Amino acid sequence: MTNRIDRCFETLAEDGKTALIPFVTVGDPHPDWAVDVMHALVEGGSDLLELGVPFSDPTADGPVIQQASERAIAKGVSLCLVLDVVHRFRKTDAGTPIVLMGYLNPIERYGYEAFAKDASAAGVDGLLLVDCPPEELSILGDGLGQAGIHPICLVAPTTTEERMERIGQLAGGYLYYVSFKGITGANRLDAAALAKPLKNLRRHASVPLAVGFGIKDAQSAAEVAAVADGVVIGSALVTSLSGATSAADACERAKAFLAPIRAAMDNSAP
Amino acid sequence: MKIETDLTGRPVSEPDKLGHFGPYGGMYVSETLMHAHEELAEAYFRWREDDEFIARFDDDLAHYVGRPSPIYHARRLTEVAGGARILLKREDLNHTGAHKINNTVGQALLAEYMGKSRIIAETGAGQHGVASATVAARLGKECVVYMGEVDIHRQAINVFRMKLLGAEVRPVTSGSKTLKDALNDAIRDWVTNVDDTFYIIGTVAGAHPYPVMVRDFNAIVGREARRQMVGQFEALPDALVACVGGGSNALGLFHPFIGDADVRMIGVEAAGHGLHTDQHAASLCAGRPGVLHGCRTYVMDDDAGQIEHTHSVSAGLDYPGVGPEHAWLKDTGRAEYVGVTDEEAMEAFHALTRLEGILPALESSHAVAYAMKLAGEMRPDQAILVNLSGRGDKDVQTVAELEGISL
Repeated sequence: MTNRIDRCFETLAEDGKTALIPFVTVGDPHPDWAVDVMHALVEGGSDLLELGVPFSDPTADGPVIQQASERAIAKGVSLCLVLDVVHRFRKTDAGTPIVLMGYLNPIERYGYEAFAKDASAAGVDGLLLVDCPPEELSILGDGLGQAGIHPICLVAPTTTEERMERIGQLAGGYLYYVSFKGITGANRLDAAALAKPLKNLRRHASVPLAVGFGIKDAQSAAEVAAVADGVVIGSALVTSLSGATSAADACERAKAFLAPIRAAMDNSAP
Repeated sequence: MKIETDLTGRPVSEPDKLGHFGPYGGMYVSETLMHAHEELAEAYFRWREDDEFIARFDDDLAHYVGRPSPIYHARRLTEVAGGARILLKREDLNHTGAHKINNTVGQALLAEYMGKSRIIAETGAGQHGVASATVAARLGKECVVYMGEVDIHRQAINVFRMKLLGAEVRPVTSGSKTLKDALNDAIRDWVTNVDDTFYIIGTVAGAHPYPVMVRDFNAIVGREARRQMVGQFEALPDALVACVGGGSNALGLFHPFIGDADVRMIGVEAAGHGLHTDQHAASLCAGRPGVLHGCRTYVMDDDAGQIEHTHSVSAGLDYPGVGPEHAWLKDTGRAEYVGVTDEEAMEAFHALTRLEGILPALESSHAVAYAMKLAGEMRPDQAILVNLSGRGDKDVQTVAELEGISL
């Protein structure tokens, strides 16, 4: 089953462009601004949005996203509210693909079947669960597949060939390649070294390849865009938004943050 | 759900290849760590069958840890409790003062076999941190211990011990600043330094193979106890009692007895200020299934699935999850789980100290408290074996503070 994610990457491929995929923690800096910020991200040149569902114990995240999650939880942000945000965003944007990114326990508590039903109704296109590798995906049940929501899988520098093959077969939407061994926001990106593993990964996977972790500005985004189909930027954007004083300010910051990145990526298209 | 039986009809409790105990356990880790867990599982299941590995482990347990630990009949405690005999498995007499060393000796040996040069660990009460720093010192390996700021304060003596042993203690300031957050940071370290680092998890939680591996290394407690009971008392105990935070000392004692259907197994969780309050750490008694730190198990979380802050007077029990095999033993009915409050644990701490001259860890005091209660409901010809998992020297300061005494 294809959905907005597939169509998005098809269009980009036709235009010879790379997907710009910003990550924001929903509800940070303020839950009331979340929908506006999403629209601003689209205006700023985003092709697909990754929305972080706050979790109290985000073991794969660095301090920036960890603290953003803590702030969001303190302001009452829950998976329920995240779905409501998506629902409200969809009223005026029916086309931009949305991927929820987070950890398993909030979904366990929501109920796997109820989540699949409500996420689909809200307009979610993909689900990336950091602590749920392909081996454990069956816990989610059949609901997501039936609802046409793609499981977005991660591939890391430590992933063996054997696992790559299995993940390649399972993957829907796109594969998220973790650029280095580490946590989000760390300063360990070596864009030049990405070409080889991505080329190898393409032998096992037919879906587009997005790269995340450590991409923080126009230069690093352009370097990654030269070898990948999508560029994910999280921590640097979350940091930039965190100081916003109003919805308008947050939107301005989002657009100002993305503008040079979009431009640099478009100039470096392979 | 039922405990499976093997060909001889003897019940066994072993997970599937991915570490699932029924609907619990598993490998809920980020992709970067999948290979590390697979590599660890492969190494562990290979070496645990290896004669040389087993011989070296047994030799370390005998000559470094000081095993076997005795079983002691606490006569005066029994008299006060009135009823069944209370027997203590003296893990408090081990080198470094708790059962934790059984596991760290085993994992350090495995690190050696796997060629890992750096050791990391998380700690709550500090006992596992000390036990990890101890084996790292002995093997000349770099050691970093993650510890919540709150725990660093309440376990200052253990922090200093770790430093004396050459370990670096990294304070964890996120979340509740206790054991669960120390685990988070240790996992983050491992993701970053996965090539040369061995992560020694201190309890039967985490992703496969940790729950099995930590259980196996601690199962020396139950194997010894089974042998000792037959030799010393000519019968198996009627009940086993052990405290449960993550649950390593309890599972170490329970596991070799799982096939002995007549032996009750009772895990004692920290009921803090009471199970009816939100100030406790009793995941099995008051939590529900969820996913935390790499495994599916009973967790304490709110309706949005956020892990809750827990409370216990003992840092070692102050954890919102529990080992997945305990979750399985609870659901199958093979083991029972109960709660003991801070206050009851403190009373037991004083009782054992004054009546037997044994100063128990606050964690173990929970088990002692329940054993005293249970003894009163049982006959004098029956016996309760308590895992006295650690000594209380580390808790002296906490006890003094709680009772308003300045040292």
